[in-house]
Amino acid sequence: MSQQIQVSGLDAYYGRHKAIEDISMTIEPNTITAFIGPSGCGKSTFLRTLNRMHEVIPGARVEGKVLLDGEDLYGPGVEPVSVRRMIGMVFQRPNPFPTMSIYENVAAGLRLNGRRSKSEVDGIVETSLKGANLWNEVKDRLGKPGAGLSGGQQQRLCIARAIAVRPEVLLMDEPCSALDPISTLAIEDLMAELKSQFTIIIVTHNMQQAARVSDRTAFFNLAGQGQPGRVIEMDETSRIFTNPSQKATEDYITGRFG
Amino acid sequence: MAATVHTRDGGSALGRSASRRSRGETPFRYASTGAGILLLAIMAAIAVFLVVEAIPALRANTGGFFTTQTWEPNATRPSFGIAALAFGTVFSALLALIMAVPVAVGVALFISHYAPRRLAGVLGYVVDLLAAVPSVVYGLWGITFLAPFMVGPSNFLHDHLGFIPLFGGDIVAGRSMLTASLVLAVMILPIIAAISREVFLQVPRAHEEAALALGATRWEVIRMAVLPYGRPGVISAAMLGLGRAMGETIAVALIFQATFDISFRILTPQGNSIAANIANRFGEATQTGRGALIASGLVLFVITLLVNMGARFIVARRKEFSGAAA
Ligand SMILES: Nc1ncnc2c1ncn2[C@@H]1O[C@H](COP(=O)(O)OP(=O)(O)OP(=O)(O)O)[C@@H](O)[C@H]1O
Ligand SMILES: [Mg+2]
Repeated sequence: MSQQIQVSGLDAYYGRHKAIEDISMTIEPNTITAFIGPSGCGKSTFLRTLNRMHEVIPGARVEGKVLLDGEDLYGPGVEPVSVRRMIGMVFQRPNPFPTMSIYENVAAGLRLNGRRSKSEVDGIVETSLKGANLWNEVKDRLGKPGAGLSGGQQQRLCIARAIAVRPEVLLMDEPCSALDPISTLAIEDLMAELKSQFTIIIVTHNMQQAARVSDRTAFFNLAGQGQPGRVIEMDETSRIFTNPSQKATEDYITGRFG
Repeated sequence: MAATVHTRDGGSALGRSASRRSRGETPFRYASTGAGILLLAIMAAIAVFLVVEAIPALRANTGGFFTTQTWEPNATRPSFGIAALAFGTVFSALLALIMAVPVAVGVALFISHYAPRRLAGVLGYVVDLLAAVPSVVYGLWGITFLAPFMVGPSNFLHDHLGFIPLFGGDIVAGRSMLTASLVLAVMILPIIAAISREVFLQVPRAHEEAALALGATRWEVIRMAVLPYGRPGVISAAMLGLGRAMGETIAVALIFQATFDISFRILTPQGNSIAANIANRFGEATQTGRGALIASGLVLFVITLLVNMGARFIVARRKEFSGAAA
């Protein structure tokens, strides 16, 4: 079901400002990869290049290759829209559509992919909400506004919305940073479950979180003041956190950074 | 009310700064309360004056004020009624709204979501400018250009779609309900477009990105995130436009043929409205005539009020889904 991602020589720009440079990595299917690194080093930027969300910012552009199962997402004739349907995204701040009910929020992506019968949509909404561990909390109020849920519930609603369209890959940009520890644990457990169906990439500032959930970790850092961000080191998570090969990585994870 | 404020401030450990604050606050509170009361008093005085002026005329009326379709308040046996005028007011304004809103929303979406940034800036400025053009200018344009111009298209509609009552009738004229509504539509379009654009620009980036990340095309983003979020604002803008169209005087007074029929035929030489009738008849009005016109003005006021309440009701009905909380 899910597929391998291969990035090679990727640069991303905001206008003339180069935010990340020469990023190459391979991400295996059905794994969780964590991106860590100091603020402003380009983790979000890189994440958004993976589903072509980077280019929606005026003046932003990307150079390099991102292969999903061998096919270049930036190749000629590839529609950004179809890329985003295969690679879902969960944002830092929960962003359910405020004008939609819980049900409509989860079904939102399905409506884009052609007509479906009511019962089929009902089924997918239920599976997705169950998949996001939210079903029991909302099953009696599916018609109520999604914005009326708690922050943690809203974030799980956004996860349900993202997985409802059955993407290959799920990108999560600090999905727990606005949540309390209990909601955070709920989402971490969820990621471990979702791993069997999706490839997951998560940006996090929480070292314990990266250590708990991820299989592999990439450490991003700026090459220097005013320079673009790069991947300093990428390895098995256990290695990154016990025996990193780069000094900068060790300084960062032990809190001796900058 | 003042007492509660004092106990709250008095209980505070920052007594000194609190008293300094309330020293500045008291005159302001009196000033703003006074202004509010004065405004209400003025409005009440105007209402009382109008009603007092209207009552003798209504007493003298030998016809039914709500049903009669003539306006003869100056006759020895005064007979006048609001029926045709109220109909014309609402009908022409609704036609204008039906024509203006889709175009205005389209223009607003183009400016907010499709046009390149520089073009959007220029267009936005032009729309704001058009919204500030005095209505008499639209009226003059309507009578000198649009009315003669509309003869051709009106005949075409009449010939090909005349079997629909809307386009039926015996005679087709340039100065018709259609032309008046078109002028009104052109007149209210900029204000609706300007407000809608503001609303569409306020849609949080996070909602648009949520739609994009699901694989929505630009149009789908608009349908999913922009239009639903902007809906209350667009409704308010439309109601503002409707209010302006119903209250519009000079532009339609120039075009309407000042008839007193209730007719859905939009191509025939007919049409009138409360405001146009006031403009046409005020000069020649006697005491009773003036009272009659004032009474019609009160009816216009009530209609406008009802429209606004209707809009508020529509907006409030889905408040919990409005996005105001997010
Ligand atoms: N919309 C934008 N326009 C211009 N520059 C941007 C934009 N977004 C980010 N940048 C710049 O790109 C660089 C990388 O930012 P990015 O948001 O990817 O960092 P990050 O690693 O995600 O940081 P954080 O951990 O704080 O989220 C920064 O220098 C930032 O100023
Ligand atoms: Mg970030």
